Amino acid sequence: MSSQIVSVVLAGVGGQGILLASEIIAQAAMNTGFDVKTNEVHGMAQRGGSVIGQIRYGKEVHSPIVAKGTAQVLCSLEQAEALRYADYLAAGALAVVNAQQIIPVTVSMGAAKYPDNMEQKLRDQFGRLIYFDASKKAVELGNIRTANVVLLGALSTGLDLPLEAWHKAIGSCVKSQYVELNLKAFEEGRKRV
Amino acid sequence: MSHLLSGNQAIARGAYEAGVTVATGYPGTPSTEILENTVQYKSDIYCEWSPNEKVAFEVAAAASCAGARTIVTMKHVGLNVAADPLMTLSYLGVEGGMVIIVADDPGMHSSQNEQDTRNYAKFAKIPVLEPADSQEALDFVKLGIEISEQFKTPVILRTTTRVSHSRSIVKFSERQINPRTIGLEKNPSRFVPVPLWAREMRKTVEKRIHDLQAAAAQSKANRIEWRDKSLGIITHSVVYQYVREVWPEASVLKLGFAYPYPDELIKQFAAGVKDLLIVEELDDFLEEHIKALGITCKGHDIIPNIGELSITTLEACRAKMEGRTIAAIPEPKYLKELPARPPVLCPGCPHRGIFYALGKHDVIVTGDIGCYSLGTFKPLNRLDIILCMGGGISMAQGLDKAGEKRKVVGMVGDSTFFHSGITGLLDIAYNKGSSTLIVVDNRTTAMTGHQDNPGTGRTLMGQPTVEASIEEIARACGIKRVFTVNPYQTKATQEVLSRELDAPEPSLIVSRAACPLWEGKRVGGIRTIITDKCKACKACLKLGCPAIDGGGKKPVIDKHLCYGCGLCQQACPFDAIVNLSEEKK
Repeated sequence: MSSQIVSVVLAGVGGQGILLASEIIAQAAMNTGFDVKTNEVHGMAQRGGSVIGQIRYGKEVHSPIVAKGTAQVLCSLEQAEALRYADYLAAGALAVVNAQQIIPVTVSMGAAKYPDNMEQKLRDQFGRLIYFDASKKAVELGNIRTANVVLLGALSTGLDLPLEAWHKAIGSCVKSQYVELNLKAFEEGRKRV
Repeated sequence: MSHLLSGNQAIARGAYEAGVTVATGYPGTPSTEILENTVQYKSDIYCEWSPNEKVAFEVAAAASCAGARTIVTMKHVGLNVAADPLMTLSYLGVEGGMVIIVADDPGMHSSQNEQDTRNYAKFAKIPVLEPADSQEALDFVKLGIEISEQFKTPVILRTTTRVSHSRSIVKFSERQINPRTIGLEKNPSRFVPVPLWAREMRKTVEKRIHDLQAAAAQSKANRIEWRDKSLGIITHSVVYQYVREVWPEASVLKLGFAYPYPDELIKQFAAGVKDLLIVEELDDFLEEHIKALGITCKGHDIIPNIGELSITTLEACRAKMEGRTIAAIPEPKYLKELPARPPVLCPGCPHRGIFYALGKHDVIVTGDIGCYSLGTFKPLNRLDIILCMGGGISMAQGLDKAGEKRKVVGMVGDSTFFHSGITGLLDIAYNKGSSTLIVVDNRTTAMTGHQDNPGTGRTLMGQPTVEASIEEIARACGIKRVFTVNPYQTKATQEVLSRELDAPEPSLIVSRAACPLWEGKRVGGIRTIITDKCKACKACLKLGCPAIDGGGKKPVIDKHLCYGCGLCQQACPFDAIVNLSEEKK
């Protein structure tokens, strides 16, 4: 087991399922035998605001908070939010981005503009990018709420945790009637890489 | 068996393991999940959401005086509400252990200020414990109960947002059993602080703080980690974790039991290191005292005292101390092009209806703490001042009596009405005010994640109970004009509002509709905009509904986000918005 700490940042919009995704990653790391810490945002920031979840694992983890410029993976459930938290990522590290746009109220009011040419901007910002429509894939699988787990599948390819640890984590974090669906969602995400 | 728990979940487990039998509190981020998790042990622990923190405190205090082990939970500003019983309970002391759990919010993630609760420990002359992770959160509840019973003192356990909402690995133990027989000792000199006895109690408090100081110096919650002795750092709470990553080679004195100050331990540590640095979040609670001991140290001259600390902040502090420059992490390339994503009222929120109605009037609105605080922002723009819970009503009286030229409207939520709005209402009735008051009753304490309150008809333990009537309370206070509106019906709401704003005496309007997020279902059919009929007048955009995208030439409703409240349909002057479910019929 290396002494290095692995940091993961999840970004998105309140209500997109960051908490569950964060739990699954943490549980997978725990299943592998690592010390784990996570942090999630509650309260005010949930009301459609921009949110991040943070997971760190390794032999011994002190801070639950990821320092900017140190994350091995940034996974964003909404594409513009990936650009907002890009500075958390270490140089040359992996970004996994859902090709989904959620319009903030500042845009719907006409006070701001949602950036165009998103794919181009994302490719410019991130050297290593996995970019696909996980929400569409989730709908195809029968439940849009599994988009977060589809993305986890893609994200899992950037981390050194064994597949069984992920499967076990999904089994323990998801309600029993949804485990099979989420395992399928996870596999779909892995295939997108 | 290891469990990955948040600090708040761990505190709940700690209360269970400590043999706590009474747990009370009032919701407030970042403390709310403590009681929500404690209630899983409801066969062993009586749990309640009290109407406010003062009541919660008093319930727990009396239970502890009778020998029960208790916790009371709140956010930092909640302790201001409970400060009155806190200050005197310090004199009475307790029999069964009592831990006052207070969650601070450095950086104000979800708060109106960032006060440092450690000051209350010193103010009330009682101990404060500060966990740095979830295992300590669990252990320190048990330690707090122990200290509380040994010294017959209430104990504060102070967490912060990052302790409460971070998860780390925790090990469980068996539940301890409180050996006491419950029953308040009939002994007025022990429990009645009339001056005669309070003066004696005062002396006991002073002796106790002295004894506690010796205990703090010996406590396992305080520890010296000797490493390189050229720099020693005294730190606390989650900041300890950042210090360990930023200065991995430095010696550290970690204070988990910071007050009464463990002077002997501090002196021993200071004597063992060449340079001393105090790294603490918010006030210079440690630094001031350490300097008063005559010890030379650095602290807030280097470490910021505003906002929360982080590894990034502390790395910059370290570089500055060492006269180095570190390369700044480049800002995200497209940051300036990104639209802000502020928290907003959800699609379908009933508060939107009342703010929309208020938008038609030139009034001053005094607001309160809750989801409806979001009505401050554009495009609703309908709150002018916010101070604290309950203040939405009392401040209306203040503006009114000061001679504010515009009509004053006071607004509170259902939970804040019960919390501390009623006393303000009594003031307005009693002292002949004339404000128009609105209680936005969404049938739940929504902002903190849907907790029950005296108006919901359910207890935290899941039992059905009486539903306090806001209308009847208002009438009993002496308000004669009391009306109820459905905020989704804009015309009827507007009629009542216009009439009451002109009324010569105070009136109270209950704007009642359940939070659809809590109900878990749409208010009505999904709405859509018929493009041909739409004149792009943007009247619907004045609602600030996240489901309506006004970025293009003509607004579009996102059918996945629409909650079917129908406010946009009523706002549209051209009948261009229709109910999709009716459309299909």
